[in-house]
Amino acid sequence: MTVGLFIPCYVNQFYPQAAIATLQLLQKLGVEVVYPPRQTCCGQPMANSGFEHLTQDCNRLFLENFSEFDYIVAPSASCVLHVKQHLHAPTNPALAERTRSRVYELVEFLTDVLKVENLAARFPHKVGIHQSCHGLRGLYLAQMSELNASPFSKPVQLLNMVDGLELVDLDRPDECCGFGGTFCVAEEAVSVKMGKDRVTDHVKNGAEYITSVDLSCLMHLEGILHRNKSAIKAVHIAEILNATV
Amino acid sequence: MEKATKDHAALAEAFNQDEEHVNWHDGALWWIRQKRDIAAKNIPEWEQLRETASRIKSNVLSNLHDYLLEFEANLTKNGVTVHWAADAEEHNRIVYSILKAKEITQMIKSKSMLTEECHLNEYLIERGIDVINSDLGEYIQQLDNEPPSHIVLPCIHKRKEEIGEIFHEHLGTEKGVSDPTTLTRFARWHLRDAFISRRAALTGVNFAVAETGEYVVCTNEGNADMGAHLSDIQIASMGIEKIIPKKEHLGVFLRLLARSATGQPITIYSSHFKKPRPGQEMHLVLVDLGRSRQLGRPDFRDSLKCIKCGACMNTCPVYRKSGGLSYHNTISGPIGAILAPNLDMKRHADLPFASTLCGSCSNVCPVKINIHDQLYQWRQVIVQEGYAANTKVLGMKAMAWTLSSPGSYSTIGRAGRWVLNNIPFAVNNKFNPWYKQREMPDGPKESFGEWYAKNQGDNGSEKV
Ligand code: SF4
Repeated sequence: MTVGLFIPCYVNQFYPQAAIATLQLLQKLGVEVVYPPRQTCCGQPMANSGFEHLTQDCNRLFLENFSEFDYIVAPSASCVLHVKQHLHAPTNPALAERTRSRVYELVEFLTDVLKVENLAARFPHKVGIHQSCHGLRGLYLAQMSELNASPFSKPVQLLNMVDGLELVDLDRPDECCGFGGTFCVAEEAVSVKMGKDRVTDHVKNGAEYITSVDLSCLMHLEGILHRNKSAIKAVHIAEILNATV
Repeated sequence: MEKATKDHAALAEAFNQDEEHVNWHDGALWWIRQKRDIAAKNIPEWEQLRETASRIKSNVLSNLHDYLLEFEANLTKNGVTVHWAADAEEHNRIVYSILKAKEITQMIKSKSMLTEECHLNEYLIERGIDVINSDLGEYIQQLDNEPPSHIVLPCIHKRKEEIGEIFHEHLGTEKGVSDPTTLTRFARWHLRDAFISRRAALTGVNFAVAETGEYVVCTNEGNADMGAHLSDIQIASMGIEKIIPKKEHLGVFLRLLARSATGQPITIYSSHFKKPRPGQEMHLVLVDLGRSRQLGRPDFRDSLKCIKCGACMNTCPVYRKSGGLSYHNTISGPIGAILAPNLDMKRHADLPFASTLCGSCSNVCPVKINIHDQLYQWRQVIVQEGYAANTKVLGMKAMAWTLSSPGSYSTIGRAGRWVLNNIPFAVNNKFNPWYKQREMPDGPKESFGEWYAKNQGDNGSEKV
C-alpha cells in the first residue's frame, strides 16, 4: 500500500511540524508514504468564496499528483472534504471519481483503513477536542450533537490509546470556532467572537491543549490564544498521536 | 422598510460592540437549542419523523399546482373566499379592499412572517387603517418600530429592561418596571381592548390541508384564536408552499414544529379553521411572492420546505453572535440567507457569505433542508451573476492561476511565500483584519516541503 501525502498549502507553510508528525506516524505504522512535491492548494479557499469555476486547474494538478496512489491522506478534514465533494475532471470523470473515493483525512484513515488498535504514544496532559465542522458534519468523524443517533468519535477512539492523556468535557462539544475560510477576515467581528467563546469553553473546563483534525481551526484559535498571552496551546492531533515524551 | 446601507459584516460588527449583550443573546438562544435537543432525543423515531416530513414536502413541491387547486376547491366549498396574489403589492391590495368594502378601519393581526415580508402594516397604515400586532413579541417590535429579529421569537434580541423602557415610553408603565409577568399583564390588558373592538382579524397559516380545505394556526398565546373568534371578517394570508396533502400529515408536522422551535411537545394552541361562523366572512389569500421562481431553481427549491420553526437560527453560531437584524431581511438566519437572494440577489448578495458553512442548521432542520449546501451554491451563483465585489474577483483569479501552477514559482519556498502573501486569511501584514484581534502563526524556519526534500528521499525512505 502506498499513500500519497497531501499537505495543504497553509499547513506546508505554517505548520510543518504537523505534517512531519503525520508522515512519521504513518511510517511508524508501516505505511509507505510519498509526498509529491509539486502540490499546491486544493482550491477550497476559492470554491468556498463562490469561485468554484476557477478551480479546474487546481483539480487537474491534484489529479496529476495523486491519482496513482492507493490512498491519499491529509492532516486536514476541510481540505479532504473539499476534494471529496468537488474534485472533478470533465474529460475523465471516472478518474476523478476514483481519486475522490481514495482521499482520507488522517484520523479516519487510521481508524477505518489501518484499523489501528494501539499506539505507542504518550502525552500526559489535559486535552480538549475541538471538532472541526468539516470533519464532524462533512466526514462524520464523530456523532453530531444535533442528531438523535448513537454516539461515536473517531478522534476520541485514537486519543484514548495515548498514554497519560486526559480528555476534558466541554460545555458545547461541537460548536463551530468561526474560522470559516475567508469568513475569518470578511466577518472579522463574528469570527473572533466565535473563536473567543470556543477558547473560553476549553479554559473553563481545564484543558492545557486544544487539539483538532483541522489546522485552519487551530490557527484561528491559536491566534486568539497568543494575542491574549494564554498558556493553553493548540496542537494538531497528529502531533499527539505521534508524541512519545 | 428603509434600504439596508450596511452589509451583514458591518451590522454584525456593530452588534458586537456590546460583548456582554452578545453573550446574553448567544446564551438565550443556545438554551433554546438545548431544549430542542432534549425534546428531539425524547422521541426515538425523531430522525424518521424528519425524513418523513421532508418527503411529504418533496411530494408537495412536485405537485404544488394540483394541491393548490384542490385546496382552493375545498375552501370554496366550505364557504371561504379565496384570493390569489402574485406579489406583495397584490396581497396588500387584496387585504385593503376586503377591509374597505366593509368600511373597517381597525384590524388585529396575529403572527405572520408573510405579512412582514409584504410590509402589510405600513401599507394599511398609510391608507388610514390601524393595525395592531397581537403576538406579544411582534407587539413589542411594533411599539419599537423595528422588524422582528427572529421568526419565532421576534424580540429575542431585547432584554427585559429594554422592553420595560419601551412599555414605559409607549404604554405609560412605571419607569424601571421590567418584571416579565407585570409587563405581560399590562400588554394583555391593552390587547384585550383591541381584541374586543376590532371587527377584522388577520392570521398567518402554519399548515394548509389540501384534502379538507382547513388551515392550522399554531400559537402559544392563543392570540390568533382570540382575534379570529371575535371578528366579523377573518383573513388568512399564506405562502403557496404551506400546503400539506392530507390531514393525517399534520401528526408528523405538529410533532416536529414545537419541539424544533422551543422544545415544547406541541404548541399550546394548534387551531383548525375551516368554515365561517354564521354571519362571519372568511377570506384566504394565497401568495406567491417569489416562491414559484424559487421552485424553478433546482438547487434551491427545497428551501420551500421550511415550516418556519426557527431551529436553524437558534443553532447558528453566526446568528447567535450577530443578531437577526444584521441580516437586513424579514427572514433572518440561515434560512433567510438562502431565501433572500431569490427575492433580490444584489441586495442580499452578502447573506450566503454570512456563514462558516458549519452545517449545524441542516442537522436541526425538521424538514431536512440542506441549508449549508445551498449557502455554498448561492455563493457560486452570486459570483457568476456578477454580484461579488470586483476586487475580490481579481484577487481570486490571480490566486487560481498561481495555486495551480507550481512551475510558475520554481522553488517550494517561493510557493510558500506566495501563500503567505495571497491566501486571504494568511496575508501577513498588520492591515489584514485577521490581525486586529489575533496573532499570525509563527513562521517556521522551513516549510514541510523544504524539510522533506532535505530529510526524505524521492522514494520516501528516511535520509536522517
Ligand atoms: S429552514 Fe428548517 S430549521 Fe430553519 S426555520 Fe425552516 S424548518 Fe426550521
